[in-house]
Amino acid sequence: MARTAAMPRRQARSNRDRMLITPEGVALPLTVASRGARAGALLLDFVFLGTVFVVVTIALISLAGGVAQLIGRFGSGGEAPAALQFLIVVWMIATFLLRYAWFLVFELGPRGATPGKRLSGIRIAARDGGRLTAEMVIARNLLRDIELFLPVAFIASAGVESPPAWLAATAWFAMFLLFPCFNRDRLRAGDVIAGTWVVEAPRRKLEAAMSVPAVPSAASSAYLFTEAELAVYGEYELQTLERILREDRDAAIESVQATIAAKIGRDPWVPDSRAFLEAYYAQLRARLEAGMRMGRRKADKHAGDAS
Amino acid sequence: MPAGSDPLTPDPLVSALLRSDRFRVEREADWRRLDAIVTAMEKGRLRRVPDADLIALPQLYRTVASSLSIARAISLDAATLGYLEALVQRAWFVVYGPRSSLGDWLRGFLGGGWSRSVRGLGLDLAIAFAVMCAGVLVGWLLVAHDPDWYQALVPGQFADTRVPGASREALRATLFGNSQQDGMGAFAAYLFSNNAGVSILAFALGFAFGVPTLLLLVQNTAILGAMLWLYHGAGLTLDFAAWISVHGTTELFAILLSGGAGLHIGRAMAFPGERSVLAAASEAGRRAAQVMAGVVIMLVVAAILEGFARQLVDNTPGRLAIGGFMLALWCAYFFAFAPGRSPGHAGSRR
Repeated sequence: MARTAAMPRRQARSNRDRMLITPEGVALPLTVASRGARAGALLLDFVFLGTVFVVVTIALISLAGGVAQLIGRFGSGGEAPAALQFLIVVWMIATFLLRYAWFLVFELGPRGATPGKRLSGIRIAARDGGRLTAEMVIARNLLRDIELFLPVAFIASAGVESPPAWLAATAWFAMFLLFPCFNRDRLRAGDVIAGTWVVEAPRRKLEAAMSVPAVPSAASSAYLFTEAELAVYGEYELQTLERILREDRDAAIESVQATIAAKIGRDPWVPDSRAFLEAYYAQLRARLEAGMRMGRRKADKHAGDAS
Repeated sequence: MPAGSDPLTPDPLVSALLRSDRFRVEREADWRRLDAIVTAMEKGRLRRVPDADLIALPQLYRTVASSLSIARAISLDAATLGYLEALVQRAWFVVYGPRSSLGDWLRGFLGGGWSRSVRGLGLDLAIAFAVMCAGVLVGWLLVAHDPDWYQALVPGQFADTRVPGASREALRATLFGNSQQDGMGAFAAYLFSNNAGVSILAFALGFAFGVPTLLLLVQNTAILGAMLWLYHGAGLTLDFAAWISVHGTTELFAILLSGGAGLHIGRAMAFPGERSVLAAASEAGRRAAQVMAGVVIMLVVAAILEGFARQLVDNTPGRLAIGGFMLALWCAYFFAFAPGRSPGHAGSRR
């Protein structure tokens, strides 16, 4: 029944909004993460990665220094290369893991986001609404290699001395960097391969108190509106009114109250603007919701009353 | 049907409310419980979530999802709708998130998932194999035609004493007698990260419709062909084959798999069939990613073999035995080991 009338938009929808159908058949609104948020997340991750890398390297070097000192003091020759070699192996493995496992491990966690993504308020999800699997996360992160690490290393090694190689590497880098700009869902190459996308993590805001108090205050029940007075507005105005009541700014409340009173032909001067609006909100909502149950919806004030 | 539509509710306070608010009051406890569970799981405090809550989670998720559907039909309270949408979305992320722990995933992966994906590559493996053989042949022919090609094909690290015109003894010395060499561990780690880089590159380049993957395969196997020619000229063909087979059967197999994985993606994107390009790419990508996870494991094995076993086993028959055994092992694992799908495995079911 709700499908017949368009859902009133509760907020201005951007072109990043998508509807995702869960396996249960519930339509969920999702917002595709903006490119800025993703670039920020990537930069943050690189800062973290770089920090961890430097810390590990310094720790291993100082450990190596300590080992060398110990060996120098006790003078046993045989163990020195073995111990130092072990540290080199540890460093190589740590470098490999930082390059490939950092993104993997974090995105496989319950948050589906690296620390950088989490700070930017975004996460990854399966594009088809199904389960996000380990294979998807692996695929999207292995492709990061040709999108990012390889061309950057190439640009750095080619240098300015060999313009053709440098140009080719830069073009390659630019192609993958700009990839998200040329498709609707801002997919990067890894997302295409993996069947994932990056979306805004749902806001965690807890429910505010209901605008309709559990016990209607005496003041607001003093206002009773007639059917004709309520028929002026539709769902869009109702939800605008709800927002204004929640924001609770005196100036806005007074001006909206005056506007509504003028529109329905009442005296704009009332002792308690907020009580007036609360009463109008509750009664308008009751009326519109009753209409909804009958399959009649009124999207906004311009829509004709279907009754 | 929307509860709260009957006037049986005894509480006069509740019955004074709008129907949609009554609906909300009656269900709010469930919503808040789900909210608490999801919040705890998002914060990574899975252990502190009671078992009862974990068991209730899927049911609660469905309850709240249906609350959302009903609320959309009967309520105009934007705050409630917004909250429910966000809550269902968060719960959806948790319920349909990466479910298996790393251990579970590894078990399913080793116990059939990996070999199944490898077999799924099928034709791509055959193409990659043919291309690699062709690469060896091209390397051999180029160098046989004009030895100057050797310098162009073989990177400096292999071209120390191993250059055209080197004596048989010098070449032989590179194959045998290195068992006292130091630094094997570091060497193995270096080999591993280097080879893993090449393999991941071969896979990732499949994105460009597989063409660069083929080029990379040819380039890498041409080195092998050139060196084979060099040792053949010195009459050391079998010794060289044994020397390379210790780790080579594993490593070349891994490179074959990553090349096949790259081709698989490239082919799926170039010829998606009746699916959309995106759907074809993501299906191929997931299968190829599973193969690639295994390639990394194979390369660890190859690096250990190359760094240690090859130096410690200093004779041709022993090396051939190790190489042959590894080859048989991988072939048996990939093509003969086909357990039935375990019913509960998360990775294979979608």
